[in-house]
Amino acid sequence: MHIIVTDQNGTVHELEALEGWRVMEVIRDWGLNIKAECGGSCACATCHVFVDPEWEERLNPPTAEEEDMLDTVPDVRTNSRLSCQILMSEDLNGLKVTLADSAAQEEAA
Amino acid sequence: MSGNEVVTDVVIIGAGPVGLFAVFELGLVDLKCHVIDILDRPGGQCAELYPEKPIYDIPAFPEISGQGLTDNLMKQIAPFGAEFHFSQMVTQLEKLDDGSFRVTTDADEKFVAKVVVIAAGGGSFQPKRPPVPGIEEYEGKSVFYAVRKMEEFRNQDIVIVGGGDSALDWTLNLEPLSRSLTLVHRRDEFRGHADSVNKMRALVADGKINFVQGQLSHLEGEGGQLSHVHLKTPAGDMSVPATRLLPFFGLTMKLGPVSDWGLELYEGNLIKVDTEKFETSVPGIFAIGDINWYPGKLKLILSGFHEGALMAQAAKRIAHPGEKVIFQYTTSSTKLQKKLGVA
Ligand SMILES: Cc1cc2nc3c(=O)[nH]c(=O)nc-3n(C[C@H](O)[C@H](O)[C@H](O)COP(=O)(O)OP(=O)(O)OC[C@H]3O[C@@H](n4cnc5c(N)ncnc54)[C@H](O)[C@@H]3O)c2cc1C
Ligand code: FES
Repeated sequence: MHIIVTDQNGTVHELEALEGWRVMEVIRDWGLNIKAECGGSCACATCHVFVDPEWEERLNPPTAEEEDMLDTVPDVRTNSRLSCQILMSEDLNGLKVTLADSAAQEEAA
Repeated sequence: MSGNEVVTDVVIIGAGPVGLFAVFELGLVDLKCHVIDILDRPGGQCAELYPEKPIYDIPAFPEISGQGLTDNLMKQIAPFGAEFHFSQMVTQLEKLDDGSFRVTTDADEKFVAKVVVIAAGGGSFQPKRPPVPGIEEYEGKSVFYAVRKMEEFRNQDIVIVGGGDSALDWTLNLEPLSRSLTLVHRRDEFRGHADSVNKMRALVADGKINFVQGQLSHLEGEGGQLSHVHLKTPAGDMSVPATRLLPFFGLTMKLGPVSDWGLELYEGNLIKVDTEKFETSVPGIFAIGDINWYPGKLKLILSGFHEGALMAQAAKRIAHPGEKVIFQYTTSSTKLQKKLGVA
């Protein structure tokens, strides 16, 4: 199982993923630039990704809690999601996302 | 230089759970503390990121919320009368010739202490900045991330962006003195208190404020003075007169000045300490909690508490050299109980 992640510099990475892992954890474990300050508790919004249009409909819709956190993302778009709220499963094999600037570890201060 | 330096035993940088518990351990060995935090209240990550969420791994508390833990810590350390200095960031830490340290904040408060304890967690909490080109040149002049003086907003065209309590509260508070006020949010649902949402909607219905569903796209103005903000909305692009802009997207932690203090770091963003005293590469400066690193480090509240207890023993020897440090239990020592105000 794998996911395809474009980082903030536009480089595309194909990452091996495990069933039951959060997409955020996969991205973090492979060492890409993701802050994920709250460790996946849906409390920081620094794991923000843009989901590829062909995948948007195939994900579970965001919960009210995730929508609330997305309010704190300054560069939000209609395809914005918090990657800690997406659980890997067979159905998501090949999922394509792009890391948002607001997920970078030290944003230009 | 400045005459109003605070002189004390210990300055603690950071009022997160670990900084707070350090007040207790230092208090037991008779050290007086001043605690500084950039937030306007104690609790660090627990209060800012997850006040309502349950924590399950605090010993003897099967479940406690982030805010509950903070409230309990404040109660537990109350007998020691630590002084808190909120809404200020520590910017400088220098060693003085007599071996003590001077700590300076961005509010220009100065402290001289024998011991400094850095409990800065993941860094200082700072507002998230919207990715709008050129916003930096307006900051502090017409773009603000907090309201310090309401007067600066009188008779202004104010635009507030966000959907949480800060955005709603300031919409309600600033409306009466504004020339015009526009609230901008990406959706027509708000996560703030229902009561504030209702009040805001009533103002919109009365034509006192505008609500625009949309997002900031760019700013217009000159020399730091904003005149209009341009918005992207589902109905197309629009521009709104704006002489003051308040973006409220919450806070995120940034390491900040900690890396400039000449301490040996680990991977550029953690402070190296030993595991006997949790002292940094500069004797007399300690680092505890999420900000430190040593082999085996876990970023747990539990670990931070332990680090504080051992640190306090070493801090005592530095601050009061020659005084004996006796190991005692709070359960059986009347001396300790007197300090706690229970005997
Ligand atoms: C969602 C979430 C859930 C968590 N769950 C758990 C859990 O279940 N169990 C557990 O043990 N841990 C948990 N943690 C981790 C735990 O919250 C941290 O380990 C803990 O907060 C660290 O405490 P601290 O006092 O070291 O730092 P922090 O809580 O980060 O506090 C540091 C404070 O220092 C201030 N500061 C920093 N630099 C400066 C400066 N230069 N000037 C002024 N102020 C400054 C900051 O503003 C901040 O308030 C969780 C964290 C999150 C985000
Ligand atoms: S990691 Fe914090 S919200 Fe996803």
